[in-house]
Amino acid sequence: MGAGEMADDDAGAPPPPGAIALSLQHAAKSFGAVQALIDGSIELRAGEVHALLGENGAGKSTLVKILAGVHQPDGGTLTVAGREVTLHGPAAARAAGIGVIYQEPTLFPDLTVAENMFIGRQPLRSGRRIDQQAMRAEAAEIFTRLGVPLDPGRIARGLSIADQQVVEIGKALSLDARVIVMDEPTAALSASEVARLFDVVRTLRAQGAAVLFISHRLEEIFEICQRVTVMRDGRHVLTADLEGLTADDLVRAMVGRELERRSRGDQAAPGETVLDVSRLTREGVFIDISLTVRAGEIVALAGLVGSGRSEVARAVFGIDRYDAGAVKVRGKPLRKASPTGAMAAGVGFVPEDRRQQGLVMDMSVQQNVALASLGRLRRAGFIRSSSEHALAADWAARLAIKYGRLTDPVSMLSGGNQQKVVLAKWLSRKPAVLIVDEPTRGIDIATKAEVHHLLLQLARDGVGILMISSELPEVLLVSDRVLVMREGRLAAEFARADATEERIIAAGTGQATEPAAGQASGQAAGQATAERSEP
Amino acid sequence: MTAEVLRREPPQAPADASSRGLAERVFRIRESGIVVVLALFIAVTAGLQHRFLSASNIQFVLVNTVIFALLALGETMVVVARHVDLSVGSVLGMSAYLSANLFGSHPGIPLPVVFLVGLGIGLGWGIVNGLLVAAGRVPSLVVTLASLYIIRGIDILIVGGGMVTANTLPSAFTDIPKETVLGIPYVAIVVAVVVAAGAYYLRSFRSGRDLYAIGSNPDAAKLAGIPIGRRVFTAFALSGAIAGVAGVLWAAQYGTVDSTAGTGYELTVVTAVVVGGVAIFGGSGSAVGAALGALLLATINSALYVLGISSFWDQAIAGFLLIFAITLDRVISVRLTEALRIRSSRRAA
Amino acid sequence: MQHDPAVKEDAVPTPGLTGPGLSGDRSRPAALRERFPWAFRWETLLALIVVVIAVGGTTASPEFLTSYNLFNLGLSNGEIAIMALPMTLIIISGEIDLSVASTLGMSSCLLGFLWERHWPMVAIFVVIAVVGLAAGAVNGLLVTRLGLPSLAVTIGTLTLYAGVAQILLGPNTVADFPSAYTNLGVNAVPFTDGAVSYSTLIFAVLAVIFGVVLHATGVGRSIFAMGAGSEAALFAGIRVKRVKTVLFMVSGLVCAFAGVLYTFRLSTSVANNGVGLELDVVAIVLVGGVSIFGGKGSVLGVVLGVLAFAGIQNALLLTNFNQEASGIVAGGLLLVSVFLPNTAPLWRWCAARYRARLARAS
Repeated sequence: MGAGEMADDDAGAPPPPGAIALSLQHAAKSFGAVQALIDGSIELRAGEVHALLGENGAGKSTLVKILAGVHQPDGGTLTVAGREVTLHGPAAARAAGIGVIYQEPTLFPDLTVAENMFIGRQPLRSGRRIDQQAMRAEAAEIFTRLGVPLDPGRIARGLSIADQQVVEIGKALSLDARVIVMDEPTAALSASEVARLFDVVRTLRAQGAAVLFISHRLEEIFEICQRVTVMRDGRHVLTADLEGLTADDLVRAMVGRELERRSRGDQAAPGETVLDVSRLTREGVFIDISLTVRAGEIVALAGLVGSGRSEVARAVFGIDRYDAGAVKVRGKPLRKASPTGAMAAGVGFVPEDRRQQGLVMDMSVQQNVALASLGRLRRAGFIRSSSEHALAADWAARLAIKYGRLTDPVSMLSGGNQQKVVLAKWLSRKPAVLIVDEPTRGIDIATKAEVHHLLLQLARDGVGILMISSELPEVLLVSDRVLVMREGRLAAEFARADATEERIIAAGTGQATEPAAGQASGQAAGQATAERSEP
Repeated sequence: MTAEVLRREPPQAPADASSRGLAERVFRIRESGIVVVLALFIAVTAGLQHRFLSASNIQFVLVNTVIFALLALGETMVVVARHVDLSVGSVLGMSAYLSANLFGSHPGIPLPVVFLVGLGIGLGWGIVNGLLVAAGRVPSLVVTLASLYIIRGIDILIVGGGMVTANTLPSAFTDIPKETVLGIPYVAIVVAVVVAAGAYYLRSFRSGRDLYAIGSNPDAAKLAGIPIGRRVFTAFALSGAIAGVAGVLWAAQYGTVDSTAGTGYELTVVTAVVVGGVAIFGGSGSAVGAALGALLLATINSALYVLGISSFWDQAIAGFLLIFAITLDRVISVRLTEALRIRSSRRAA
Repeated sequence: MQHDPAVKEDAVPTPGLTGPGLSGDRSRPAALRERFPWAFRWETLLALIVVVIAVGGTTASPEFLTSYNLFNLGLSNGEIAIMALPMTLIIISGEIDLSVASTLGMSSCLLGFLWERHWPMVAIFVVIAVVGLAAGAVNGLLVTRLGLPSLAVTIGTLTLYAGVAQILLGPNTVADFPSAYTNLGVNAVPFTDGAVSYSTLIFAVLAVIFGVVLHATGVGRSIFAMGAGSEAALFAGIRVKRVKTVLFMVSGLVCAFAGVLYTFRLSTSVANNGVGLELDVVAIVLVGGVSIFGGKGSVLGVVLGVLAFAGIQNALLLTNFNQEASGIVAGGLLLVSVFLPNTAPLWRWCAARYRARLARAS
């Protein structure tokens, strides 16, 4: 087993298209008692863009980290360019010709673009000094190859995420990567940035690289990829050509069952308006957002990542400022930029980033549950740990949270139970309005269902819920109305009866026409009739 | 419904030289800003009091700067990597005493050997610091705070109640700071060359750039495979070694060395470094800027004296300068990031 | 699948193996840890160390635990101990305040300066209180409003306030304070058998107050939250900026009055009063188990840290160890207290190996 080194004769010449560039067979990986990956397999061919699909928890992320050399698999074999390799770390993966572009690029903000690409291996001139000119020239050449006009001499600070990704791609190319893994690359990009990225990907394809494309967006997958591998519950489920497959086929493979449109059952007619947002604007982030949520209603806010939904939510709750517009809760105006004011008015906010924003990971379960209720728990100015405990125990029972002891650090709980702790924190305040941002991200299927059930129950109890979600099945399952944002504006609104995944995606990506029923879901903005697979 | 797009579609833009230009211009302004302030200061003070620019005064200022400029070089290497070395004052003190003491215990000892001894003492402590930070994973603030204590304490034990007086030192030694070349102290030239070399190393060699990378984004540095432990260890070792050499120079300059030599120097060095444009959280700045910061502080000190202003204003001014410098840097950094972001987002929607 | 291996999926990928940390195996040593959690805490270890010091000190010198000696212990460390209390809260909240000793010095010089100009003492106290609050406010505002790192800011204010102290008195000293006040600095509190100085009493009272605030109020909980997860604290509606600014102001106020105590104890007001004490204060707080990264610690630990620190100093004094070199001990104590927890993974690994060997043998 090699240490991940490329064979000498591979240097330079691209492999013939169709040749197997990388093959991972039957990989398994456990972390302690948790089996993240049971049977992961994937095979990438030179000159193809290969999609990797699967719900959160399916094992995609673990598989990617194995390819990146971050984790070492417990079992299975990895073959790169015909040789079996063991990757002991990220450096070995790079040496093997695997480049990984993460969703959040990690660049050095104070160094130039060229230095970012070549850190640790800058070209040298006499006396082992760095040859700045050669470095910049090499970087410029790569960017020309990619067709993106980035200046290698500028510092990385201030680059948009799209540009940062291009730098990462350039870095991978400068390392002669033959396999490029892209982990949810379009999550934070605007429509035209996605188009530019896809051009880059096509260029990579043409140069014989194998691209592994991980995304939740089926329409993108159909546009840019040729083959797809689907994973479910830690196992490989399906590998096939995308030609001839429909979105439903893929979803069925991911989920393992038909997506039911369960009826919500009887719900009480919505009551008074509890949240009234009018013409909310923040320069450069969102414009003219107006929406209402009534008691007992669940309003979903859909749209692509980067469309400004979380920013609107944060502005309503008061974490961020806004420049114009107003927010009223239960008829009373809400002071801007004051989370305390929002909380006092009866607003709760379950944020997107559970680990950094929703919970204090080092604090105990009971302290986290009590964190938003510190004022309420006071008796004569003091808080007793027993009252925190009582509050937490009560809500842990109500939400069926699984924990060891309430005094354990919350980091010990699973993702689903952690999310329940965040919910408990807010629900214990009996909010009139609950804003939830990606309520079931990173949660296993069973807990997901519990959370949905909880949201529906809350609505029945009269809480007004504003739910931001990128998971369309969830949106369709739970909401009464669907608002779609695109690039900072409200693009569409659908009542429950009229909402379909296709329409939501179309509104979110700015398409003027709806594809006919039965076809694969939408096509990216700006493209005329894009073919599903490029010749 | 076609909603208006928030951001414009990009024209096929050429390489964005303006963004690079902006960032580089700002950084050069920041660095040259010190030179400008320095020049202004000198001009104003010289205008008010001609004595300020006398040869003897210039020599005096330069020699005072030299020690702090050296310390600033070592400190820059450490700060750029997002660490801090607070032990430099104590290392300088111990090195000053022990090296000066050598003349008494080993009469006729050659001068280069004395310098080597000082360097060795500093290097030894630098290695200890480096090991604790890099291998022991103890935050550098805590490590160097502790070693500041410990080294000073050991120094006190060694010195006892005694001291080395100038008249016990050979004149060859105490003349070192006095020798001039064309009116400029020889040591100033040497140190200037050393600082320039150090800055060049940080700018043009891989291991130097690695230090900036580590300070700019430690997580990315790890992912990029940079040998963080080794680099940080080396930075501390160098900082210690430099402080050791500075200690020998100190003894040559002041002659009388007791257990209080170098007390409080670490704060002055950190101030000089930050005023000189090195970001306290690492990632940017240069040793030349730091040395200029040291020069600025020494110049202010001298100016106060020459202008008859009580030297007791010196510390207050230094403190104010430090706060001003980090505030300025912060404001610049925020505005710059905003400007670059807006330019980026205008280039490509 | 009931458990969720994807718990890390939404996080930014990090190199190296980090397990998802579910409730792990319940093997026997862990059960011991659960039943006696207090036994495994830093404060217990510290208490043991204090006992060891006390025993060791008494063995080395029979005068160690006399009321006279305890009195001097409390007296010489009183101001440092008092300053350690607000410092504890500041460090737990995720910041640091290195200007404490300079605030003490500035207040001491202000006292002398105004006294020389025949201001009434009460008026002087008011001015000192205001100046202390202002000094803290400067720190607080620079850190919270401008977002500057507290390490750099307080190094700046440390220098600035020391400079102000110099400007106020120059090279002069003021030493003619009335004995009514200087007695506060050097006498024992009545009814305590001469063992407790006023500064010790003040420390004890403040320790109780700070302890209650930190461990039994909402503000205290929010301070821990800020240090352990500043974003999450913000998202929970905690007013991080306001609390931090108040903490710095309290620190300024407390240090200013520590300066008054210090001056009365020495009966002298001079520009270099208090120089270098900030390091002692930080050392005590870290030895007391407060994490330099924020989010962890206790006032009890810091009190024990004060005892440990003072005890060692005193034991050295009584054994004629050079007082000025006691920094070695303080520094060593500091290092050990921070280094030891870092070796915990090593012990756990050994324990796991041992358990594995036991399991294989059975």
